[in-house]
Amino acid sequence: MTSPAATVRVAGGQGFWGDWLEAPYRQVTGGPVDYLMMDYLAEVTMSILQKQKSRDPARGYATDFITQMERILPTTVKRGIKVTANAGGVNPRACAMAVADVARRLGLGGKLTIGVVTGDDLLGRLDGLLARGHALKNLDTGRPVRDVRDRILSANAYLGAAPVVEALQRGAQVVITGRVTDTGLTLGPLMHAFGWAPDAWDRIAAGTVAGHIIECGAQCSGGNCLKDWQRIPDMANIGYPIVEARPDGTFDLIKHAGTGGRIDVASVTEQLVYEMGDPGEYITPDGVADFTTIQLEQVGTDRVRVSGVRGKPATDKLKVSIAYFYGYKAVGTLVYVWPDALEKAQAADRILRQRLKDLGLQFEAIHTEFVGANATHGPLALQHVDVAALPEVQLRIGVRARDEKPVDRFTREIAPLILNGPPSVTGFAGGRPKPEEIVAYWPALIDRQTVKPAVELIQA
Amino acid sequence: MKRPSDGRTVGRSKTRKIQLVDLAHARSGDKGDTANIGLIALKPEYYPLLVKHVTTARVARHFKGMITGKVERFELPNLYALNFLLHGALDGGGTISLKTDAQGKVFSTALLRLEIEVET
Repeated sequence: MTSPAATVRVAGGQGFWGDWLEAPYRQVTGGPVDYLMMDYLAEVTMSILQKQKSRDPARGYATDFITQMERILPTTVKRGIKVTANAGGVNPRACAMAVADVARRLGLGGKLTIGVVTGDDLLGRLDGLLARGHALKNLDTGRPVRDVRDRILSANAYLGAAPVVEALQRGAQVVITGRVTDTGLTLGPLMHAFGWAPDAWDRIAAGTVAGHIIECGAQCSGGNCLKDWQRIPDMANIGYPIVEARPDGTFDLIKHAGTGGRIDVASVTEQLVYEMGDPGEYITPDGVADFTTIQLEQVGTDRVRVSGVRGKPATDKLKVSIAYFYGYKAVGTLVYVWPDALEKAQAADRILRQRLKDLGLQFEAIHTEFVGANATHGPLALQHVDVAALPEVQLRIGVRARDEKPVDRFTREIAPLILNGPPSVTGFAGGRPKPEEIVAYWPALIDRQTVKPAVELIQA
Repeated sequence: MKRPSDGRTVGRSKTRKIQLVDLAHARSGDKGDTANIGLIALKPEYYPLLVKHVTTARVARHFKGMITGKVERFELPNLYALNFLLHGALDGGGTISLKTDAQGKVFSTALLRLEIEVET
């Protein structure tokens, strides 16, 4: 039996599918790290992946992850860095096979063990669950899921750190999961490295807070940070965050030497409050963290110590993320220019709405914004502004309907305004907008014991 | 910070208006149709001012016409921060929403426009 590590470094490599492609490589080559965690799954990503899998059973995972692994595997294998990622989407096994293929191509055949975590996918079990009385009520509206049963595209329970820990204990160097929580990808390595018990609630909460801080990549190390944003150094070279954890549950937030960005109490606090609900009850499958107990201290340049985190036992429910087909939407834009830019855009909006009405088109919603004036801050925006002097305003009008037909007709009503509406209009180079399918999100809870995580190992 | 022109006398105590952007920084995000705003004091000594003046009622009034549901507030004295939940802020939220800011990313600075009147 080996003794637990003194400190363990978990690096954040991707905050979402589409994050900076350079970040994972920089994290594994820029200095010492023990683990690299990568978060790929937003709430509706699963439905997109489920759609891909229904067309091709070999797909349904985050393909960018394979490209990333091709680039970093030689380094991670050589240096003994382990990777945790929820890039498996709705097909973790196929994702693992693709990584194994890449490993063999790189000459790493026989040198790589990949852990695959499944059991989160409930789509095939849905009717059985409903029949046994699991209503999967919408957490926001209270409606039972049978109301949208025939339109459901994906259904996944959020798994926690436990199966990640199991995969690591059985020797996995890369752990590929489906819908494991973002925080579980960081907590898992810490539980494994330090031997934390699943009911060591304060440790579990600390690892969860660590995971929350780095799950959005550079958003805790100077990215999107409002305080003194002009003075955040060298953003082009921004350093992604690293958790340097100790067995007692305290940890430091750091980044590699020589990188840009900034890690201070302000940047970490901004990330702590991001997407926060009740701070006393940050609920994950692994436990409940109390964010009002977190203590932050600047203990060095780009080094913030996190301590004092208290936790409570996990609940007997797991969150389920269900995606279902909702309808269609489209958004059209035109740019109106000085003089009277806003007035012209407002006139165009009235004219367009009149035409949609005269055509008898039925929409669930029509939403107008004037970008450059009040699109995001609404009536608060123009309180101290000389509206007539605005140099240009983008009219942005969107519609939503259950049927595609009115939405499609709407998309043909934008361009005509250039010649038959208010003057000084431009910005239509992108052409006619396209109706877009809306896949909506249905959050629900399910009894924990109905979900059985599974771990298997694949050798490259 | 010093804006003497804003000073005025109310009763016997003098007050002046301060915009939250001079007292706090903020980050916002979404959970479904709810936007959250974490409001963080720029200095620890500003935190009591935020607790006293940036009430749920004041925030609800500030965002009148922009949100359809109620406002909730949570205190994080350990981080010198308040967390606000604005329900019904995102036109249905997520993929349903037609808003530019469907994920509530810039409700943060919209709150920083708020002016509070503090005693000097």
